[in-house]
Amino acid sequence: MSKTDLTRHTTRRTVLRTGAIAGAGLALPTIFTSGARAFTNEPMGGTVTLGFNVPQSGAYADEGADELRAYQLAVEHLNGEGDGGMLNTFSSKVLEGNGIMGKKVEYVTGDTQTKSDAARASAKSMIEKDGAVMITGGSSSGVAVAVQGLCQEAGVIFMAGLTHSNDTTGKDKKANGFRHFFNAYMSGAALAPVLAARYGADRKAYHLTADYTWGWTQEESIAAATEALGWQTVNKVRTPLGAGDFSSYITPVLQTDADVLILNHYGGDMVNSLTNAVQFGLREKMVNGKQFEIVVPLFSRLMARGAGENIKGILGSTNWHWSLTDEGSQAFVRSFGTKYGFPPSQAAHTCYVQTLLYADAVARAGSFNPCAVVEALEGFEFDGLGNGPTLYRAEDHQCFKDVLVVRGKENPTSEFDLLEVVEVTPASQVTYAPDHPMFAGGALGACNAG
Amino acid sequence: METILLQLLNGLDKGSAYALIALGLTLIFGTLGVVNFAHGAIFMIGAFCAVTLSKLLNLSFETIDPDKVDFLGNPAKIKTPYVEAWFGPEFGHALIDWSVPLAILFSIPIMIVVGFAMERGLIKHFYKRPHADQILVTFGLAIVLQEIIKYFYGANPISTPAPDAFKGSFDFGAMLGFDPNLIIYPYWRLIYFGFAAVVIGAVFSFLQFTTFGMVVRAGMADRETVGLLGINIDRRFTIMFGLASAVAGVAGVMYAPILSPNYHMGMDFLVLCFVVVVVGGMGSLPGAVAAGFLLGILESFSSMNAVKSVLPGIDQIIIYVVAIVILLTRPRGLMGKKGVMEE
Repeated sequence: MSKTDLTRHTTRRTVLRTGAIAGAGLALPTIFTSGARAFTNEPMGGTVTLGFNVPQSGAYADEGADELRAYQLAVEHLNGEGDGGMLNTFSSKVLEGNGIMGKKVEYVTGDTQTKSDAARASAKSMIEKDGAVMITGGSSSGVAVAVQGLCQEAGVIFMAGLTHSNDTTGKDKKANGFRHFFNAYMSGAALAPVLAARYGADRKAYHLTADYTWGWTQEESIAAATEALGWQTVNKVRTPLGAGDFSSYITPVLQTDADVLILNHYGGDMVNSLTNAVQFGLREKMVNGKQFEIVVPLFSRLMARGAGENIKGILGSTNWHWSLTDEGSQAFVRSFGTKYGFPPSQAAHTCYVQTLLYADAVARAGSFNPCAVVEALEGFEFDGLGNGPTLYRAEDHQCFKDVLVVRGKENPTSEFDLLEVVEVTPASQVTYAPDHPMFAGGALGACNAG
Repeated sequence: METILLQLLNGLDKGSAYALIALGLTLIFGTLGVVNFAHGAIFMIGAFCAVTLSKLLNLSFETIDPDKVDFLGNPAKIKTPYVEAWFGPEFGHALIDWSVPLAILFSIPIMIVVGFAMERGLIKHFYKRPHADQILVTFGLAIVLQEIIKYFYGANPISTPAPDAFKGSFDFGAMLGFDPNLIIYPYWRLIYFGFAAVVIGAVFSFLQFTTFGMVVRAGMADRETVGLLGINIDRRFTIMFGLASAVAGVAGVMYAPILSPNYHMGMDFLVLCFVVVVVGGMGSLPGAVAAGFLLGILESFSSMNAVKSVLPGIDQIIIYVVAIVILLTRPRGLMGKKGVMEE
């Protein structure tokens, strides 16, 4: 065709007409399929897509990378590849290694950047563009609360990753959201008796607290739990997130009669504040005739590496640790360690378990419908996933299980051997009423299937 | 009184870091006329020189210990650093222990090369472009550098301790007649302050008392005339870029035990240091140093509980409040000269 022919035949009108027809053609399958779907992103073919929303950039990228490793392992095990990991020890036996309800599990990933708006955007994209039927992951309570809200509106299930704030299953709880990880109240309930037993009931605590939802609820929980055992709270100082050098917050502690410093910090802030506190000689200090002590209520092994020798002897709590000797933990450590060459973190563990729990709930419900999944998970009791007998409580979608009190190891035998388990606090000791004041102010509402 | 003394000490060591970074920043601006937003990344790379040397000295060979098991239950691999095998356990251990001070020597040539590469490879192409272009390209470069570091070293902070000999704290309280343990300050932070004073003194002496420095100062005052005298001022300015990079680099090395290095640490310092340069006066070396210490001390005092109880959140904004006040009363900054950054 010559240039003249092209000009003659390609008019504005033909372009518009062709565009309209092409657009309608492209939209047609979506229009038909979305009308045919009973709920958001109902899997129609031989596959089901899960959305793994983890920090792949930013300060928690290493934690996000470990979460992603765990998710990939979970997908392998669900699809019948590898050694099966915790599928072999899980008390529920409906998962057969043939995907979920016979559909092969596929996944897409998003980058939360540990920012609420970025996390919502990546979750939205995975739901709307990739057809994810479930979103899981995250390494921050701010992100978890934001994404949980989005999933509730979109009509998909949210299986939270690492989120420790009381608010996630407290005032911000949602019917479509579930948390396996423990929370700040549980840390306080587990840690306080150990602190009182080791350091005595007559102590004065000084709190340094990260100034956001997680820090506030942890400060409240630890202060309440320790005060109930006789401790006094001398001061509560809020520190900006990512303060870097904490020396100007540490030195005022020297001027008070506090004999315990409680660092409600996580990640890089925890590493820096703990390092600064040790540098300023707080651990050698004697106050009120007692040895000064430092407590880090939420420990992360990945983060503890950054603090080096400074964590030795420091008490804290953790959701899970690779050194646990139960069958489930050992199976997971074996699978993960064989595949990647190092033991998994607590973030990896909770993300792996959440994926299995979701798949199991779908299989038991016989449907991917979020409301059916919610019903299957509510009140579900299980074992064999590394934390002993566990209950997914129906009233707030929080898991209740044993909590570990840990201490920085004095003589580590390897680069992974940083924490030792001091006490396994039974679930009964960390269980609270659904209407506990620290969790008040929100309601699950009704499940949303989209 | 004790609180004031402690916050003063805190401010001095924080101010030392600000002053060292701001000194390089203003040196580059004064010589090359470039607003180098990648200068914080140079500080960060310096800190990672300490991490790298520590890792190099800790390079180990593995032997199997049949009596121990690893986390998978396999026979454990015991790591022995090569330096301990080559030089004996004691000397090898001492080398590893002193990795941060040794990293100063290790970092200087690296930082000079990095500085040269940045200047010759990228920044020189932007000399005649507007400052906005320079800021954008150097800011972009900073992001690229920090992503490279994150790729190789991960996102988490990496513990890089000071030598055992400098662990612990000095008791100023006991020395000044206060109760013991009331005013204590870590040895390494005191060393950092002394180190910063020596480096700042060395840079000023170099510029003041050497022929090279005299030419550079002449070039800063009137680049065209110095060029007309047949002196290759561009080459000298490139060397100054390398020198400024080395100053920021060694500042980063020495800061590693204070703040476990992470890929983002340069960006955390950069914005503050840029404010320091503006407050001190663009292109003024004494201004940068004075403003660095001034803002470090003010930031430290503003985070006292007594101050925060009256003005909540003041510790987060004090530097910017002071910058606004100074720029309103002295638009050229504390020691800024007429004609710099002015049409």
